[in-house]
Amino acid sequence: MARMKFVCDAERCIECNGCVTACKNEHEVPWGVNRRRVVTLNDGVPGEKSISVACMHCSDAPCMAVCPVNCFYRTDEGVVLHDKDICIGCGYCSYACPFGAPQFPASGTFGVRGKMDKCTFCAGGPEANGSQAEFEKYGRNRLAEGKLPSCAEMCSTKALLAGDGDVVADIFRNRVVQRGKGAEVWGWGTAYGSKQAGQAPAGAKS
Amino acid sequence: MMRPLVLISVLALTGLAACGEKPQTGGGVKSDVAPFQGADSKYMNSGWKAGDKTSWEQGLKARAQNTQNEYSKMAAPTAPAAPK
Repeated sequence: MARMKFVCDAERCIECNGCVTACKNEHEVPWGVNRRRVVTLNDGVPGEKSISVACMHCSDAPCMAVCPVNCFYRTDEGVVLHDKDICIGCGYCSYACPFGAPQFPASGTFGVRGKMDKCTFCAGGPEANGSQAEFEKYGRNRLAEGKLPSCAEMCSTKALLAGDGDVVADIFRNRVVQRGKGAEVWGWGTAYGSKQAGQAPAGAKS
Repeated sequence: MMRPLVLISVLALTGLAACGEKPQTGGGVKSDVAPFQGADSKYMNSGWKAGDKTSWEQGLKARAQNTQNEYSKMAAPTAPAAPK
């Protein structure tokens, strides 16, 4: 069973914002909404790093826990999606999310805050796969086309990895072994548990 | 004497009935079709069969390796040839 995950390699991210552009272009995300963005850590300090951040599709997603109308659901692949027909735009998910993933359009049905929009792992929403209705609400459904998220596939340095958790963890682990540093994965523990990518599982002999 | 009492009772019962909580089951998310079922798209990736979960998963794994793991594309380092 595939369990979709994101990994951002801070050693490789060059803050080109290619992932942000790819996402906005792929899904025709409206002005003012950024499903993905690049964040600089320790800005101005020698050794600063950049990482690409979006919804991490957490194993125990806090947005799902706090939503008062239960508009979130998790697919069999571990992708956290939501139903915009149910969302009331209350913004609770925005306060709960440790990654700042939920976005709200500047104009919408509910006053100044419309229905929540976030990264779908390029998996669309509850509407029929690949339908126009799905595209207009959630963007392209690349997973149903047999493709991986556009942000990761467009990443010029392959800093952003997306796909089956075992596969991306193996790719990242191999990199860390080859270069001998940079095993820290920002957000991995928060999203998927305490185990870090690149580390040997507990109890494994070194 | 009894008529107003009955009327008040009926009105009170009707009013209190409105205070009852409606069952809040359902109202959840519409069912979503699994991605391995494929999509109505002209940009489908080849190499897997819609509806076949195993081929979809294998296709994604292969795509992840091909597009994201450049180490798999590099030739294995070889020892320099000994001088003759």
